[in-house]
Amino acid sequence: MKRLYITLTFLVAVTMILTACGPKAFTCTDKIGCVTIAPTDPVHIAFWGVLSGADGTLGTDSQYGVEIAIADQGKLLGHDIQLTTEDGLCTPEGGATAATKLAVDTTIVALVGSSCSDETVGGIATLTNAGLTTISPSNTRPVLTAPDRSPDYAGYLRTAHSDAFQGKTAADFAYNVLKVTKAATIHDGSSYAQALQQVFVDNFKTLGGTIVAQEAVAKTDTDMHAVLTTVAAAGPEFIYYPIFIAAGGYITAQAKEVAGLENVKLMGADGMFSPDLLKGAGTAAEGMYLSSPDFSLFPAGYTAFVGKYKAKYGTAPLSIFHAHAYDAANIIFAAFTKVAVKDADGTLHVGRQALRDAIYATKDFLGITGTLTCGQYGDCGAPVIAVYQITSSDPTSWNPGTNPKKIYP
Amino acid sequence: MRTTLTEKIGEVAVAVFLWGFRILVVSVVIIGTILTIREGKYTGVQWIDFIVFGIARGSIYAMIALGYTMVYGILRMINFAHSEVFMSGAFGGYFLANAMGQSGFLDKYPVLGLVAAVLVGMLVSAGVALLVERIAYRPLRKAPRLVPLISAIGASFFLQYTFRGFFGPGIYAYPNVKVLSGEWNIFGIGILKMQVVVAVAAFIMMAVLYTIVMRTKIGKAMRAVSENKDVAALMGIDVDGIIVATFGVGAAMAGAAGVLYALMFRQVNFFMGFTPGIKAFTSAVLGGIGNVPGAMVGGIVLGIFESIGPALFLDGLGIIRPYQLQDAIAYIMLVMVLLFRPSGIVGEKLTTKKA
Repeated sequence: MKRLYITLTFLVAVTMILTACGPKAFTCTDKIGCVTIAPTDPVHIAFWGVLSGADGTLGTDSQYGVEIAIADQGKLLGHDIQLTTEDGLCTPEGGATAATKLAVDTTIVALVGSSCSDETVGGIATLTNAGLTTISPSNTRPVLTAPDRSPDYAGYLRTAHSDAFQGKTAADFAYNVLKVTKAATIHDGSSYAQALQQVFVDNFKTLGGTIVAQEAVAKTDTDMHAVLTTVAAAGPEFIYYPIFIAAGGYITAQAKEVAGLENVKLMGADGMFSPDLLKGAGTAAEGMYLSSPDFSLFPAGYTAFVGKYKAKYGTAPLSIFHAHAYDAANIIFAAFTKVAVKDADGTLHVGRQALRDAIYATKDFLGITGTLTCGQYGDCGAPVIAVYQITSSDPTSWNPGTNPKKIYP
Repeated sequence: MRTTLTEKIGEVAVAVFLWGFRILVVSVVIIGTILTIREGKYTGVQWIDFIVFGIARGSIYAMIALGYTMVYGILRMINFAHSEVFMSGAFGGYFLANAMGQSGFLDKYPVLGLVAAVLVGMLVSAGVALLVERIAYRPLRKAPRLVPLISAIGASFFLQYTFRGFFGPGIYAYPNVKVLSGEWNIFGIGILKMQVVVAVAAFIMMAVLYTIVMRTKIGKAMRAVSENKDVAALMGIDVDGIIVATFGVGAAMAGAAGVLYALMFRQVNFFMGFTPGIKAFTSAVLGGIGNVPGAMVGGIVLGIFESIGPALFLDGLGIIRPYQLQDAIAYIMLVMVLLFRPSGIVGEKLTTKKA
């Protein structure tokens, strides 16, 4: 027995000495925690957004932007990049579900998303509290990056513009260019549409116009004749309906069928900027206006990007936030490269708080949507909005820049 | 049986609540209507427009409701997969209509093209419904009532996601039928051609169905099976065959409704059956479930209420954005009708021994 004890003690002592003298293990000193990536594992990033249903093209378009960024990046510090996606369904509940699923996956480093402001409202608390950081390519609701936003938004930034600019541009266009004085708005109950039409209303009134009706529908409504009759009863010259593709298609198609609205000018916003709108609205879409980020002001890298997009996916860009998603992904890669620590056996360690701070510290980043600097409240986007007009209702002729054509400024 | 004091108090409380609810809703409706008409925001033509839009919607609901009501009458089961039968009819008609639209056939022979699309839609939905009946309902004929119901819900999801798998989540657009765009002037009122066609088609189909059920031998067999399945079998009626025929006819109606709906609203996608299905089920219950004319009446009434409700009841009360409450109005009205007249508008009271 005694010999057994002596042997064991000897072995324990040797092991302890060897451990103490061996290569130092990495200890995580990050406030939130660290992500550990083994030498053969990929770097895991995720995309969450609306990928199904009538509005699916919005999220799919951004996902394509992220995929092109990954292809362009190749390897990140010697590791492959793995992308997983979650569908947020463009609703707060969908966003909450997607965020919960992503938050439990501890291999995720950072996220690009969400597509709809509603999804962020539902899911951001879960993501921030799990230590994750997400950059949205297409949320535009102003309050998400306002100075008085709640601490739940600490992990949230965006490369898209804020609707404070989009609503203002739309109001300027309507009042100064189209010279209409009586406008009506229709929203669909989503936080994005409500906020955007309110910005339009406030700006339009400041310029001197009158708002004759502010109505709302549900996102899943198909028959808009009744609400359009109510709007017609107020006698507008211009209807602004900054909603999503499905409902927007119905309103556009049915507006011409309602007595009193035959000569009314119709305008939508970036949530409807998709060839699916032409499918849904048909010939009624010709001549309608859409507000959206201004592509013509994107730096030279954008044309090359569109070329890659067309080559890889066989279609002109489906919506407008692909470039913002590309920039969002690249901002994440740049921040990752800055803060990742490689220890002796090749394992990468990334502190979550350090990564978040590095993303917020992004300054003068040369993206394809412009030179981006992230503010302390998460606004990284360069806000330039333009108004486009649809010239042809044939979905196969969709080519942002030509159809729809930029007409203002 | 003597009820205890607490039970009596409970009964009185529930009765008070129900009466209070009825009085509240009726007063909201009456006061809102009076205020709106006094405000005079809408012209007479616009009120007629509201009613016409409501009738068009209601006709679609009525056609789908026929399927629900017939299956309930025969099998005492709500066929939740019926909304997907509607959707499959729209999809079936889509491919033919799209091909015709692109080749120009639809412009040259519009009537023929439309009839062909509707027929194809009817065939596809009937096929889907028969498959569902054979696979999901027939093996469960002797099971307790809840089991086929769950099977129906499962079939509904299965069909939705099968279509999503085959056709993707995006929308497909029906072609624009030139002959149907524009309006007709009827009695000095401009009514959209599309809506007239939908309403007339719905009425014709319902009249045909009513004749079949009331005047033909197979209709008599259907009524016999819905009275008492076992005795009907003893009388020599092929119960399985009759049930298949019922499903087929109900589905054909829904398929036609699908094609007409898609011609009106143009967008077809895998989830389109959900809301019309619920509204149609509501109409069937509203009119009296198990009753064919009831489904028709229920559909039209629901459509009109949905269309005219927000403007008539809520606008006058100063409620902003009343159209967001459109669905609430429809369902509250259903509840009210069921509170006042549980068997539905046209339904007959079931004798206790049947229940």
